[in-house]
Amino acid sequence: MPDGGRQRGEWGGRARSTIKHILLIAAGFAMVYPLLWMVASSFKPDALIFREPGLIPSQPTAENYGRGWTALLNPFSHYLMNSFILVAGSVIGNLVSTSLAAYAFARLNFRLRGLWFGIMLMSIMLPIHVIIVPQYVLFSEIGWINTFWPLIVPKLLATDAFFVFLMVQFFRGIPKELDEAARIDGAGHIRIFFQIMLPLSLPALATTAIFTFIWTWNDFFGQLIFLTDPAMYTVPIALRTFLDSTGESSWGPMFAMSVISLLPLFLVFLFGQRYLVKGIATTGIK
Amino acid sequence: MSALSELSTLRKQKGGRSLSPGEKNDGKYALFFLGPWFVGLVLIVAGPLMASLYLSFTDYDLLSDPSFIGLENYQRMAEDPRLLASLKVTFTYVFVSVPLQLAAALGLALLLDRGLRGLAIYRSVFYLPSLLGSSVAVAILWRQIFGSNGLINQVLALVGVEGRSWISNPDTALGTLIILNVWTFGSPMIIFLAGLRQIPEMYYEAASIDGASKVRQFISITIPMLTPIIFFNLVLQVIGAFQSFTQSYIVSNGTGGPVDSTLFYTLYLYQRGFAALDMGYASAMAWLLLVIIAGLTAINFYASKFWVFYND
Repeated sequence: MPDGGRQRGEWGGRARSTIKHILLIAAGFAMVYPLLWMVASSFKPDALIFREPGLIPSQPTAENYGRGWTALLNPFSHYLMNSFILVAGSVIGNLVSTSLAAYAFARLNFRLRGLWFGIMLMSIMLPIHVIIVPQYVLFSEIGWINTFWPLIVPKLLATDAFFVFLMVQFFRGIPKELDEAARIDGAGHIRIFFQIMLPLSLPALATTAIFTFIWTWNDFFGQLIFLTDPAMYTVPIALRTFLDSTGESSWGPMFAMSVISLLPLFLVFLFGQRYLVKGIATTGIK
Repeated sequence: MSALSELSTLRKQKGGRSLSPGEKNDGKYALFFLGPWFVGLVLIVAGPLMASLYLSFTDYDLLSDPSFIGLENYQRMAEDPRLLASLKVTFTYVFVSVPLQLAAALGLALLLDRGLRGLAIYRSVFYLPSLLGSSVAVAILWRQIFGSNGLINQVLALVGVEGRSWISNPDTALGTLIILNVWTFGSPMIIFLAGLRQIPEMYYEAASIDGASKVRQFISITIPMLTPIIFFNLVLQVIGAFQSFTQSYIVSNGTGGPVDSTLFYTLYLYQRGFAALDMGYASAMAWLLLVIIAGLTAINFYASKFWVFYND
């Protein structure tokens, strides 16, 4: 009886595990099917996109990529370059300013530190919409509309408080004994920051860089408002313009350019997955 | 900068309190380390916040100077049928899609938990929509998928069901956006996975010895231990969902249609402020959004006293 019971349990366990894997594979396939179908459709002639729900194009063509590339005022490479410039400025700005601010909150003693930290935390929950109108007025008056400055300068000033919070949590996890040992050797805060804290914080810096990339690449609202000149369009605005100008008639090139726009995100995901997962788990970042 | 200088001065004036040698000059260092953040706070956040409040009491079209009109913008809001429509749409979206999204996230996290082989691949697959889902490209894809000749109707046709244009029908258009938000459950799922990993295995072992079923273990151990994580995800997702913009803008082509059935609050705010240049009204709308989000967050925090348990 015990042997029979154990064998039945083992068989049941294996069967349950197999069923679980089948369910997970099916659910996972359903999850990514729309994305796979978009990639497949980018290689189908327009007319077939509305007749083929499957993933294998019956008449594959790369024509959509050529047509999409040149469909707008500028070649699509122009918009990709704009997005990469914006992303580079945002990543650098965020890394520099949020690490500086986080060091202050985590390691310096100064008057009203708790108050300033509380204000920083509250700003995380502040919707962009409540400050976007005056920001637009301000940037308009100093001539920054249709430049990248309205989108990069706030990053240089650590207004992405999420990342300040992320870095604070990470700095607090570094043993204070390291600072104290350095201080005994005569090191000031600036040397401690650059020679001890930053090197030890590479994982947090990588996480900040990856999330800034993703959020900036995907941002639409801010770019829609501040970049109205076609020469300044980024990838999201270009795609929106593509959709406007072609309506329902050019899904092939539309999907082709959409696939190209998602490739950088996918590559960042592929190479930065460890930091993505850890970053989400520790701070709840989207 | 003057505020930080003042802080530095106050520190020096506090002669009675002794500081350790290493702490004496922190005020000066705070100036260096916090300077950029503080400038950003004043110029990019707090300054515009106050300016926005002022503008909400003005008539301002960006071309002429703002003129003070008291509470007129708020009165107009109370009588604006499109504003009411946008609130209805947004509250429906938030209160339907967030619970569904969190339920899907928790369900998948439970399936993926406990040393499952291939976990990393499954996690990546389920997270991918979350990564790409807020992009314009995916919003465009969604518009095609749920269009009259889209993928959904092609699949339905395979089983003999005649489809409709889901995005052109006022009864179903918002549903397509809700499905999109639920589809992006990957981030909260990863947070739940991290939370599940924190629950001590011995709790389940003790319960099994006592003969508790899997369902009972789920109700009595898993859920109570996860309440802080559920609360955390709930607050984040509600705040985020209330600020959704791209999906509505792209799927409806910036109109909020059909018949304002996808008119997210943020889309209507954008229309008033940046299409109609009704900046005063848009500022008043923005402050209402802030009050709503702050109110919902406060309600969440208050209610959490009755259902969130911390195992400290």
